[in-house]
Amino acid sequence: MERRELESRGYLVTPGFVDLHAHLREPGFEDSETIASGARAALRGGFTTICAMPNTEPAIDSPGLVTEVVKRGAAAAAARVLPIASITRGRAGRELADLIELSAAGAVAFSDDGSPVDDSQLFRHAMEYARTKDLLIIEHAQDLAMSGKGVMHEGVVSARLGLPGIPSAAEETAITRDLAIAEMTGARLHLTHVSTSGAIASIRDAKARGVRVTCDVTPHHLAMTEEWVGGSREFAWERREPAAPMKTATPYDSSTKVNPPLRAWSDVRALWEGLADGTVDAIATDHAPHASVKKDVEFDQAAFGISGLETALSLVLGGIAAGWGDRDTVIRALTTGPAGILGITVRDDDWIAIDPDMEWTVTADALASMGKNTPLMGRNLRGRVVYAVVGGEARYEGGLRGATPVGSR
Amino acid sequence: MRWSRRHVLDTDDWSTEEIEAVLDTTGAMIEVLSRPVRRAPPLRGRTVVLFFAEASTRTRVSFELAARTLSADVVNISASGSSVEKGESLFDTVRTLQALGGDIVVMRHSSSGAPYFVSERTDAAVINAGDGWHAHPTQGLLDAYTLRGALGDLAKKRIVIVGDVVHSRVARSDINTLVPLGATITLSGPPTLMPSAWRCGQAPAGTTYEPDLDRALEGADAVIALRLQKERQEGGLLPSLREYTRVWGLSEARVARMRPGAPVMHPGPMNEGVEIDASVAHGARSLVERQVTNGVAVRMALLYLLVGTPNLEAS
Repeated sequence: MERRELESRGYLVTPGFVDLHAHLREPGFEDSETIASGARAALRGGFTTICAMPNTEPAIDSPGLVTEVVKRGAAAAAARVLPIASITRGRAGRELADLIELSAAGAVAFSDDGSPVDDSQLFRHAMEYARTKDLLIIEHAQDLAMSGKGVMHEGVVSARLGLPGIPSAAEETAITRDLAIAEMTGARLHLTHVSTSGAIASIRDAKARGVRVTCDVTPHHLAMTEEWVGGSREFAWERREPAAPMKTATPYDSSTKVNPPLRAWSDVRALWEGLADGTVDAIATDHAPHASVKKDVEFDQAAFGISGLETALSLVLGGIAAGWGDRDTVIRALTTGPAGILGITVRDDDWIAIDPDMEWTVTADALASMGKNTPLMGRNLRGRVVYAVVGGEARYEGGLRGATPVGSR
Repeated sequence: MRWSRRHVLDTDDWSTEEIEAVLDTTGAMIEVLSRPVRRAPPLRGRTVVLFFAEASTRTRVSFELAARTLSADVVNISASGSSVEKGESLFDTVRTLQALGGDIVVMRHSSSGAPYFVSERTDAAVINAGDGWHAHPTQGLLDAYTLRGALGDLAKKRIVIVGDVVHSRVARSDINTLVPLGATITLSGPPTLMPSAWRCGQAPAGTTYEPDLDRALEGADAVIALRLQKERQEGGLLPSLREYTRVWGLSEARVARMRPGAPVMHPGPMNEGVEIDASVAHGARSLVERQVTNGVAVRMALLYLLVGTPNLEAS
């Protein structure tokens, strides 16, 4: 089907989205997700290119593993899968992985995501190394001593629920360190899943003084607040005054447990402001699918993560509809923004068609991802991808008015 | 009022009427406990499962006595020797609880929120007997009952809670129970043991934070001291227990700053000589033993309300 035809039928046609941050769990955790299922979920969410994080078992720290991810990604014939390799061998944070060889094998970036590189000197060395070949380092910024055993944002809700908190400062002190190292080494730094207003302010300042830093935020941090852990299901833009805790779901639902944690309302505002003024370069899902055994446990025992590829578009469209952001900025943050960070071109033959008004219900069956861990389960959302083309080939079609499904499962 | 709650997980969303209903029923239970034969029939044929996944003797025994006094059958699943210690998941335990067919599950668990998890996965009514740092509803209710006995109406009364508030389910439940009854609460203790939001202008309604205990106690109507876990010092939260005792321990001289005769309470078990002097713990102001007695009656009241207020007299 032609782009023009879909446009004329009222669909919003855009370049395919690029996700800088997805966990596909293969190899090692195939009960949570596989490269193939993740790549299919991506297409349903409008992502024609996704970067696979290396916190697998084993970690993606050798050229052979990078090649394998590429091969399996291609075999899935869904979204393009680009491998990210680990910064340190085995993601253990002790010695550097072979960054240059990994890059030659096809790694598009490097990250120990799930953890920061806690050793500042080692992180400096990684950045110096990256600088020589202009490699991209993606850092999960977190002061591990300060986040400690925390399981949610430290604030008024953690105080009420009696849960150990992860303070904003755990992210902000780490980002301050990372920015200092980026400045001293001159290497490119990408800070992923930035979640606090203080972090946004630091990055804004750093950009203003010429530090080579970019950052992304997640759709869930743009839409949900710490109150969700306490049982609220109000999107940040739906908050009513005076802000009263409203329980519409059972509190302590482990589907709201994510790292970095869902933050305060003022943090959510700051992320949107960062998007608007260009401090935030990209929206990345941090898609973190988990098998139910990892989530169907006590809140403090549950794994961190939200399955996010397929709900990302609806969440950001919700924010746009509420006037918190504009559509062009958001689409850029899903397409040219992340592509620019990766140094890839936005291809004409990767495109999607969106029905911004289509209503749908998040159910286990509606998600192609094996990860059903989302606090949006059961919720009616608006806006869905109806058609996705990769390399000129229609690879997903769902809900197109009056058409036969193509590769829709 | 008509009792409509199926579970007792937290009192944070209870109305004042609901709290009053429990306190009134507690009065009736005190009467049952004063009978020559301390036994009433309302829970005959019902099974109460005591699921204590965290070591506790006092609360478990209190619930057991409450359930037996009301003629319930009691089944114990405790941490020591149970499958919980062998790494069985909470979900598996819930399936077992469900299969046992208990009418009421009384549970203690080290994870905040665990009673919500269980209540969603069983047909039984769930009573939270303490979950992590979150809530200990029966302690809050028995403290309210005890304070009422000593002070009468709690409206405009000021109660000091001192100690390790951040890790304390007792403090949270005391706040959620006493504030709706009209009391105001002054929280005191080291800043490291206070939720950061509560120190920074976001304390719950009806509460304030006053780090200086002497100032907090000045003219107060009662004080509740919290247990200080000795491992807080190792966690870097306290310089030393000795300093803690000097700054935040309840001594005779300190409690004398309160209104004359103002009572002293403690949820137990006490570290005498750390958060409270032995002379205060066992002195004339101490209501610690009365808290224990009232605890049984409060737990009877909840069991009774949860099974639909059957007749208290033998038929």
